[in-house]
Amino acid sequence: MTDRRQVAHLLRRLTFGPTSAEVDAGVRAGYDATLAAQLRPAAPPADAPSAADPVAALGPDAARADRQKARKAQREQVDETIRWWLRRMAGGGAAEKLVFFWHGHWATSVRKVRSAPLMLAQQQTFRRYGTGDTGPLVRAMLRDPALILWLDGQKNTRKAPNENLAREVMELFTLGVGAYSEDDVKAGARVLTGWQVDRATGTARLVARRHDDQPVTLLGRTGTFDVDSYADLLVRHEAHVPFLVQRLWVRYGSGVAPPAEVSAQVAAAGRDTTALLGAVCRDPGFAATAGTLVKQPVEWLVGAVRQLGVPMEEVKAEQLLRPLGQMPLRPPSVGGWPVGAAWLTTSSTLARLRAGQRLAALAPTAADRLTGADRLEALADLLVVDGWSDRTRDALTSVKQPGRLLALGLASPEYAVH
Amino acid sequence: MDTITRRRFLVASGVAAGAAATAYGLNEILATAGDRDPAARTLVLVTLYGGNDGLGTVIPFADPAYAAARPGVSYQPDEVLRLDETVGLNPGLAGLHRLYGAGRLAIVRGVGYPRPNRSHFRSMDIWQTAQPDRPGTSGWLGRWLDTTGGDPRQAVSFEPVLPPLLAGTVSAGATIPGGVLQLPGGLTPATLSKLGTPAAGESPAAARAAACFADLMRLQDLMRQVAEGTRDDTESDDEQTPATATGGAAPPLDQQLALVARCVEAGAATRVYSVSQGGFDLHADGKQAQQALLAKVDEPLAAFADRMAGKGVVVAVYSEFGRRVRANASDGTDHGTASDMFLLGDGIRGGLHGEPPSLTDLDDGDLKHTVDFRDVYATLLDGVLGSDPQRILDGWSGRLAGVYRADS
Repeated sequence: MTDRRQVAHLLRRLTFGPTSAEVDAGVRAGYDATLAAQLRPAAPPADAPSAADPVAALGPDAARADRQKARKAQREQVDETIRWWLRRMAGGGAAEKLVFFWHGHWATSVRKVRSAPLMLAQQQTFRRYGTGDTGPLVRAMLRDPALILWLDGQKNTRKAPNENLAREVMELFTLGVGAYSEDDVKAGARVLTGWQVDRATGTARLVARRHDDQPVTLLGRTGTFDVDSYADLLVRHEAHVPFLVQRLWVRYGSGVAPPAEVSAQVAAAGRDTTALLGAVCRDPGFAATAGTLVKQPVEWLVGAVRQLGVPMEEVKAEQLLRPLGQMPLRPPSVGGWPVGAAWLTTSSTLARLRAGQRLAALAPTAADRLTGADRLEALADLLVVDGWSDRTRDALTSVKQPGRLLALGLASPEYAVH
Repeated sequence: MDTITRRRFLVASGVAAGAAATAYGLNEILATAGDRDPAARTLVLVTLYGGNDGLGTVIPFADPAYAAARPGVSYQPDEVLRLDETVGLNPGLAGLHRLYGAGRLAIVRGVGYPRPNRSHFRSMDIWQTAQPDRPGTSGWLGRWLDTTGGDPRQAVSFEPVLPPLLAGTVSAGATIPGGVLQLPGGLTPATLSKLGTPAAGESPAAARAAACFADLMRLQDLMRQVAEGTRDDTESDDEQTPATATGGAAPPLDQQLALVARCVEAGAATRVYSVSQGGFDLHADGKQAQQALLAKVDEPLAAFADRMAGKGVVVAVYSEFGRRVRANASDGTDHGTASDMFLLGDGIRGGLHGEPPSLTDLDDGDLKHTVDFRDVYATLLDGVLGSDPQRILDGWSGRLAGVYRADS
């Protein structure tokens, strides 16, 4: 593998899709320096939407018409938040991609949370704690209002524990199936009893009379736990780091669980997410994963927008993402979005053809460069594709009009994977 | 539209003009129209995502243990739609109750699998792969598709993302959200067919991406026949549908079933359809929400069964698990185990099948299953799809007796 291919692979995985110029700069700086630069802490966003939830602001006896108006405003707030996030993703860089990773990991949907501010607050938690030690992250997430609402935590009480949050925290967020028992789920649920979300203030607090403070036996330890000591038990559990390594490798590496030796090697980096991500990208097996991972629709779209130099505001991204089956803030379930071939369906292929045409129409300048005898090479360079297979070359050669060529390149099998 | 007029419809819809120049010419499409054995039956699998509460669906109202376990959220004997003196259907299931009365609905009691898993994802994996010990990467109907030659038109879903149950080891079913498959302008079928050609040395992911183009060309032929009058619903995002955290991001069930009905009536070659309804993960305030959700399933399902009568269609309805026998304090129920399956359609013998699990002899607060779900699958594979279940279900040889008779 050439240096350029290695750097292109690194940037395709770490960011939402590099431009050719960014790959050039990465080749000049070298692989290690490019990786280090991407993993450097990013400044928090200064322009995040900050409006309050209009529905939560209503009184208990608000008129029906006011309620409807507030709901409409709430939906518009959510749409604006999605657009804001997509614009931020298009700004590039590994930091926002990692926020997207955590969003898919602690998959919470606004369909049930019904609040843009709470979804944004969760996202800010990913920005604040998602790059370092997972201890503070898990502590923060166990008291995250959006997650509590999503998994019925506010209905989990001493009199009758609701297991939803405790189960998913262990199964999907920290340990994985098999590392805990059904008794641990029941005990964990009791530890998490009593947390109440106040939608008006956007905060969660522990209500003592709803909380079960009796000792439990949880993950082999008996005692009285609170949300922080539960979080600490989880991140110190022997299954935690290997589980996280697997989740990182699945999204940044090969799309399937890593081989045992890779897992062990990466896990040696410890509990720090940035260190783990760096270890994934430095692993000897990482280069061989190039071209094996199916792009999620958001990755596909944001990468295309960046490479074509189209302003995200002009794209009407929601209209393109909906038929592709992925919308930020709306994961299909608490298990997050699918990985791999599930994205490659006849309907998504059709949607990519349509979206490719729409994007190409917005990028006449980029398309105009695709005219000479070397136009297929220029197209590969523009889209940072390592090369075209004979089959795709054959298909593209028959397309003369530059806009159509660009559209087809975006829909091609080579561009569907990275 | 009946099957006889289908050829004429094909020509009239313009398939001939558009497709004559492509690798898939008119003759080939017409040949596909004849592919279907007139006696071939169709399986429609309805997945209820989230874990539908079986005890709130088929309600053992006469069992004192039922009311005792669900104080405040149990149904009273006069609320249920009675099946006999001991059990009744949820009041939301009026259409299915009517079909039961007509002997057309079979209710299989206590369906589950050994060592139940209470995770949605794991349990749904188990149901979709039919591999309880170690769920693999292929679905049971995907493996069936493998055995038939892997033409994606044989197994179709109207969901935006391929459900795992339609993923085979070498082939995959097709997904057609909204049912409309019209190629964008300016693209020639020849170009798309080229993109659908395998390339040497490409990764499995890239190979699959390419294969989708070939599948698309084949499907386009199929769907042109059935797209007439279909509403394009991709713009709407139903804010009013209650969301729970466990899946089912599909168009409403009535739309999915309307598309299936149209395909069946057009005589499409498809043998298996997957449709779904999500939202059943009711950890809190479950009673009313479940009744409303069941009503959303009941009405389209009963209408579909009526419309498909005599066309060799069998419908099977399942969820990944039931709920705990005992309600939680949020007036909801937590993840449980065994539950009921519904079977209806041509050849199904109505009535109650299998043994209802005891409400007092429990496994850690949960029902013990009495029927293995693979018995039901095997019965469907054998009876409806005419294939050898042992090849598809890892050698499983059980059957559920008396529920299906192909000649009726």
